Amino acid sequence: MKIREVVELLNAKVVSGHQHLDASVEYCFASDLMSDVLTVETDNLLLLTGLANLQTIRTSEMSDITKIIFVRRKKATDEMIRLAVENEILLIECDYSMFKTSGILYSAGLKPVY
Amino acid sequence: MHFEFNVEGGNFSKAGAASSQLKKILKQLNVDPKIIKRIVVALYEAEVNIVAHAYHGVIFIDIDTEKIEIKLVDEGPGIPDIELAMQQGYSTASASVREMGFGAGMGLPNIKNNSDELRITSEVNKGTTVVLITYLNS
Repeated sequence: MKIREVVELLNAKVVSGHQHLDASVEYCFASDLMSDVLTVETDNLLLLTGLANLQTIRTSEMSDITKIIFVRRKKATDEMIRLAVENEILLIECDYSMFKTSGILYSAGLKPVY
Repeated sequence: MHFEFNVEGGNFSKAGAASSQLKKILKQLNVDPKIIKRIVVALYEAEVNIVAHAYHGVIFIDIDTEKIEIKLVDEGPGIPDIELAMQQGYSTASASVREMGFGAGMGLPNIKNNSDELRITSEVNKGTTVVLITYLNS
């Protein structure tokens, strides 16, 4: 699925990495616990999280995750956006809950990691 | 090649800076991306541990053609029971550490999973030393 479709389905806002809108994504992992994210080995992963801080970006950088959606109306700070831009990470803000976001993306065909 | 990085205890805004630097260095050295991910995930977990638990730490990294050896030496409270700390789910992390998305008792087991050799020594009220070795041709 293209990121552009994900953004439309979620009525969401892209805050960094607009150049990745035509990139494709196959898998999705939803977690607020970065310790869990750091155990995932799957590539080409979209991260859904309600944890919006610098460590979300750092964790993604280390895990080779280049696409993050913040759910529950969480906003990326300027410092988070700067770090995301430096690491070519796409950041999307979404007003929906984690459950609703997960349901929409699962129905649209994104695969779970396990 | 030898590199050293200082890590400040309690400062989460800088946690991961050393791991990020190492990732850039390994990319420049054309190390296999899968091996880079294992190394930086293990180092990042260990770096976050220093920020979360210690007062100050230094990371020493030695890279040669066969392996990468990382030694993290911290001044801090130490680990009274390393075997217990290695158990999945065991954590002494504070509420503020948990708010950052860590402290679920998964760090040390994940470091073990992402390194070829792991050695931990610790002295209570003095500090902890963690050595991680990853072989580049494994």
